[in-house]
Amino acid sequence: MADLAPTVSRHVLAAPASAAAGESRWRVVARTAFPFLVVAVLWEFTAYLGIFPRKLFPPLEDVAATFVRLTASGILPHHVLDTLIRLAAGFALAAVAGVAIGLAMGRSRRAEDIFLPLVSIGAPIPGLAYTPLFLLWFGLGNKTTVLLVGFVSAFPIIFNTWTGVKAVKEIWVRSAQAMGADSRRLFHHVILPGSLPYVLTGLRLGLAQAWRILVGVEMLAAVPWGLGWMIFGAREFLNTDVMLAGVFVIGVIGLALEKFVFQRLEQYTVVRWGMMT
Amino acid sequence: MSTTAATTSAPTASVQAASARATSAYRAGLTLLVVAAVYEATARSGAFPPALLPTLPKVAATLWDLLLDGTMLEHAGYTMYRVLFGLALAVAVGLPLGILMGRMRSVENFCLPLASALMPIPSLAWVPVFILWFGLGNTVAILIVFYAALFPMLLNAWSGVRAVNPLWLRAAGAMGADERALFWKVIIPGASPFIITGLRQAFLRAWIAVVGAEMLAASDWGLGWVIFDAKEFLNADVMLASLVVIGLIGFVFERLVFGSIERATVMRWGMVRTAKS
Repeated sequence: MADLAPTVSRHVLAAPASAAAGESRWRVVARTAFPFLVVAVLWEFTAYLGIFPRKLFPPLEDVAATFVRLTASGILPHHVLDTLIRLAAGFALAAVAGVAIGLAMGRSRRAEDIFLPLVSIGAPIPGLAYTPLFLLWFGLGNKTTVLLVGFVSAFPIIFNTWTGVKAVKEIWVRSAQAMGADSRRLFHHVILPGSLPYVLTGLRLGLAQAWRILVGVEMLAAVPWGLGWMIFGAREFLNTDVMLAGVFVIGVIGLALEKFVFQRLEQYTVVRWGMMT
Repeated sequence: MSTTAATTSAPTASVQAASARATSAYRAGLTLLVVAAVYEATARSGAFPPALLPTLPKVAATLWDLLLDGTMLEHAGYTMYRVLFGLALAVAVGLPLGILMGRMRSVENFCLPLASALMPIPSLAWVPVFILWFGLGNTVAILIVFYAALFPMLLNAWSGVRAVNPLWLRAAGAMGADERALFWKVIIPGASPFIITGLRQAFLRAWIAVVGAEMLAASDWGLGWVIFDAKEFLNADVMLASLVVIGLIGFVFERLVFGSIERATVMRWGMVRTAKS
């Protein structure tokens, strides 16, 4: 699967900073802000031109005002919190199950033979396609959402963990055994650190997948609170400003997950251990 | 998820490998059989309503009927049209733009911040907004596919062009290649592994996005719509049949189409090691 392909996003997000090593801080900020400024001006211009109804194409200050209003009244934080709780629950499910299955598949030939066909059949089907089936089986609401998010994001985690365990150098395993490591120590000190870069990549891909799916599932599963539901529900009342504010928050959360959660985790583990630069 | 990776990672004598492969295939078949039998037993035990958990022969019969009367093909045709149209648009925009970003600093400075800001927003979050702007129907689905497929294409083309070995560029320049020859003979083949990876990822994203978009922006045709519509009538057999078709199409594209593109281009040019390392 292409889930194993090298992730580009990390380098992309890091590149502007590294490319601009020779420049002053302010120039970098200005250069990064400039495209957004251009887009914002174009947007305002189009909004005020009046080609589209203001309800459908609100100027940015309307969106900002809506954002402030929703935040102050506590509605937006409630939506965000519910979405994040679902994300955390689904992802935790996927992480535990995915890493466990992946490790088992990597270590034992029998487990690999058992799980690989199942996983290979399940993986190419887009996760959202399961939504109606899960809705039938588990009903509308939270249970379906969490289970589906967990189910879908488990696949990249399984594949990467499996690949990671397979990629542990044979010679490390053998030298550890020659030095008298029992299987518990072998696992803790060789297999686990050795496969960790792959596991982390899998977790990162899994989280990204979970985030992408969650927004869609919330729209379909009619949960009472949640960002996906908020923007989908706003359609009924033509509240484009609410939608755009919601899309903005979704983007910020997605960026934060990528930048702060996983880059930190990587810094603390694999980079410090010298497994990855 | 290749079984080849599993077999090549342990280079043993060929006879031994062959017997191991036979054991693997045997176990894999056994797993699938056991899972099918368990499912069948659960479905027949009557613990769940048969409408929710149809037996496998029933699913097969439904699939066969839908294939024979042509509805399934028509749904699949609409879905393929949306995916391919959106993907073609994404390639038409993302590929040239990505190459330009890789070659020209100013384009990179302008587009990269925008791309990194838009990328973390899941494509499905735009569905309600696009429904308001463009109404229900094909346009929304195609635009969502375009949005989903654009970023993998763009970013991979960009990093591919940047990853071209500068030594090759200088060597070609020293041998008197002009700009045009440099571009077609060095940069494009050099970046092609990334570009093809990008195409692959773009298709995967597009495939996920189209199912979601069809569910939410319901028109009358499309595999995503069938599944979602079947929920209303508790037709779990139709859902499972459509899931099979969705999985098959995804698998065929991923393996056969992109696999053969890869073999015809980068593998023949001997570029594939640089892509995989």
